[in-house]
Amino acid sequence: MVSRTRRHLLTGALLAALLVPGLAVAAPRTDLVLGMPVEPPGLDPTSAAPTVIGQVVWQNVFEGLTRVDRDGKVQPQLAKSWAVSPDGLTYTFALQAGVKFHNGEAFDAATAKFALDAIRAPGSVNPQKALYAVIADVKAPDPATLVLTLSKPSGNLLFWLGLPAAVMVEPKSRDGLKAIPVGTGPFRFASWRKGDRVELTRSPDHWDSARKVHLDKVTFRFIGDPQAAAAALRAGDVDAFPLLPAPELYAAFQKDKAFTAEPGLTEMKVVAGMNNAAKPFGDKRVRQALMMAVDRKLLVEGAYSGYGAAIGSHYTPNDPGYRDLTGVYPYDPKKAKALLAEAGYAKGLTFTFKSPQMAYASRTAEILQAMFAEVGVTMTIVPTEFPAKWVQEVMRDRSFDMTVIAHAEPMDIAIYSNDPYYFGYKNPAFNAVVTEAAQATDEAARLKAYGEAQQILADDVPALFLFVLPKLSVWKAKLTGFWKNEPVPSNDLTEVRWTE
Amino acid sequence: MTVLALRARRAWRPGSVTLLVGGVLTAFLVAVALTSLVWTPEDPARMRILQKLKGPLVSGLLGTDHLGRDVASMLMRGAFNSLTVAFAAVAVGAVLGTLAGVAAAARAGFDAVLMRICDALFALPPILSAIMLGALLGPGALTAIIAIGVFMIPVFARVTRGAALQIWARDYIMAARMAGKGTARITLEHVLPNIAGQIIVQVTIQLAMAILTEAGLSFLGLGLPPPAPTWGRMLAEAQTYLLQAPHLALAPGLAIAAAVLGLNLLGDGLAARLDPRRRQAS
Repeated sequence: MVSRTRRHLLTGALLAALLVPGLAVAAPRTDLVLGMPVEPPGLDPTSAAPTVIGQVVWQNVFEGLTRVDRDGKVQPQLAKSWAVSPDGLTYTFALQAGVKFHNGEAFDAATAKFALDAIRAPGSVNPQKALYAVIADVKAPDPATLVLTLSKPSGNLLFWLGLPAAVMVEPKSRDGLKAIPVGTGPFRFASWRKGDRVELTRSPDHWDSARKVHLDKVTFRFIGDPQAAAAALRAGDVDAFPLLPAPELYAAFQKDKAFTAEPGLTEMKVVAGMNNAAKPFGDKRVRQALMMAVDRKLLVEGAYSGYGAAIGSHYTPNDPGYRDLTGVYPYDPKKAKALLAEAGYAKGLTFTFKSPQMAYASRTAEILQAMFAEVGVTMTIVPTEFPAKWVQEVMRDRSFDMTVIAHAEPMDIAIYSNDPYYFGYKNPAFNAVVTEAAQATDEAARLKAYGEAQQILADDVPALFLFVLPKLSVWKAKLTGFWKNEPVPSNDLTEVRWTE
Repeated sequence: MTVLALRARRAWRPGSVTLLVGGVLTAFLVAVALTSLVWTPEDPARMRILQKLKGPLVSGLLGTDHLGRDVASMLMRGAFNSLTVAFAAVAVGAVLGTLAGVAAAARAGFDAVLMRICDALFALPPILSAIMLGALLGPGALTAIIAIGVFMIPVFARVTRGAALQIWARDYIMAARMAGKGTARITLEHVLPNIAGQIIVQVTIQLAMAILTEAGLSFLGLGLPPPAPTWGRMLAEAQTYLLQAPHLALAPGLAIAAAVLGLNLLGDGLAARLDPRRRQAS
């Protein structure tokens, strides 16, 4: 109905333009329909982990003290500035004045304290709770000032505060956020038709006059089937699909002038985790040999149609201080065989691979199986339902040899120091380096430590580091302002507009 | 021999054409499946990723899939994998179902219990139950065989029971009883040989069902795990390439259709020959 009205309007405008020379043709559209492959289970990023939640509400409905921008850099948001004490333990934030939540409640230091305390509370279900555990105390000396005291320095704190899990919420709406998100952002929640769409409308009184949004209405539509997603784009039912789920359908959009399709990178690191705590992967040589048995470039070609970037450690080219370590154990089947023989597996090696059913995972599994066969390794694929069964067997019970999964969280290299964690990897030197990186307040020292951490993992190969999933975005050529890369899983629409 | 030869000479009897077409299709399917054990154009598991998505005749007879594997070779080995699972499943269903069926026909008390169990099994949708079983046992050939086989037991039990009851009502059974033969012996010597034709017909038709169900399970990821190619998984993987490489879906799709059609025609043709009721009707 809407599109028919629009067509009538357009025809009218065209007629008018013909009749009255010089009359302006229709103004640019101010509505947007955005497609996503997965519907979020709720709309509160502070209480559940799925990244699709943030991809709807982060920066659109909810804002944080800081925000991570499209280049992965920290920018001020509800905190307009901050000062860090020389020992790195006290952060004093100056907050924006005159900010209101969508329900009319005012945002001030007391609200910020409430939001941060809720994340750190004992019963909190915040998905990134561990990141904020260093905050020992939050004080609100006056409405415009917030003071955080840390138990130890944390060089990444401002970045962590800019993530979807740390957005500002207020007490009155807090319990209902899953169904009705209430934030301080430029768009407010309008409706949610389960299984189909979420609608947002522009907030008339957004505080941030420096970042004026161009869209009046945004509709998020959930289309799980890749073929249907491509069809919806071509039919004009959807204006943009920032994460097209099927790489094999992408090339057609790249050739089509009606669309902009430039592959970027996400933070999703596809790694084949091994059980370092048991045979045969307790032996570093076996892990290194298998790394050399993998031709990463060919793997990306087969598993993701050649989009995405090969990695040599648990770090993406988006991340600050990235080092290209794909050359540490490059593809070399001969050396791989020799190293396996040295480790006592001259006659071959057999193990199982628990493969989640996502397309990228099962394709990776099949390709790895074929590549390992070349060096005399027999890998049996056990399809394992994701998430329930996989999480239980791999993450909780740690009963597996090898598996594959995309790790979505940005800058999560420290997971290799978690104990217990599914890799079963223990290396005190690595733990020391990531602790140093986390606590360094000097940027250069911090990046140097992260570099060392990447190098240790590339040498030790606790998991086979394979590739970063690409951000295969498609939008109509007349749209601009989307993020090309995804340093944070998101669909920040504040700068998106139609050019005519 | 002479009887068969005589029958063959009577041209265009009802069922002849179906029997011929069905027989040829099925024989071809079995031949391809067996050939794949000793020869395929390529190793069906061999990937040549840089040669992916080539069209038919550009690379191999039927082109290559998204990982550069030879589709014709996968189809051939897939035929063997599908048939193996289907045969094993039908064997389970036929043996257990026939045993249950003749037992039910012979003993009235047994009959009531058995037929209620069959009713209960019939009420469960096979694919859904197979998914449940797959979750319990983990996906694989054994899961597929059990899942499909179990649901064939009631089919065979019903058919056998009905046919066997008819035989039990015959006069020569009475005569055999008079001669002092026991229930088990009568079943073995008189009932089973007389209903064998109907069981064979049922086996053929159920094989077609089993192939279809196996393809369905593989499509859902509950069949043989990779690298063993199966028609169902080939079809599932071809889904997103439908626009770029339609041959990837067409090849396994047509294979499944041909196999099911062949076995069904064979079953129909055999029924016209072997089933006494249909023989009388024609």
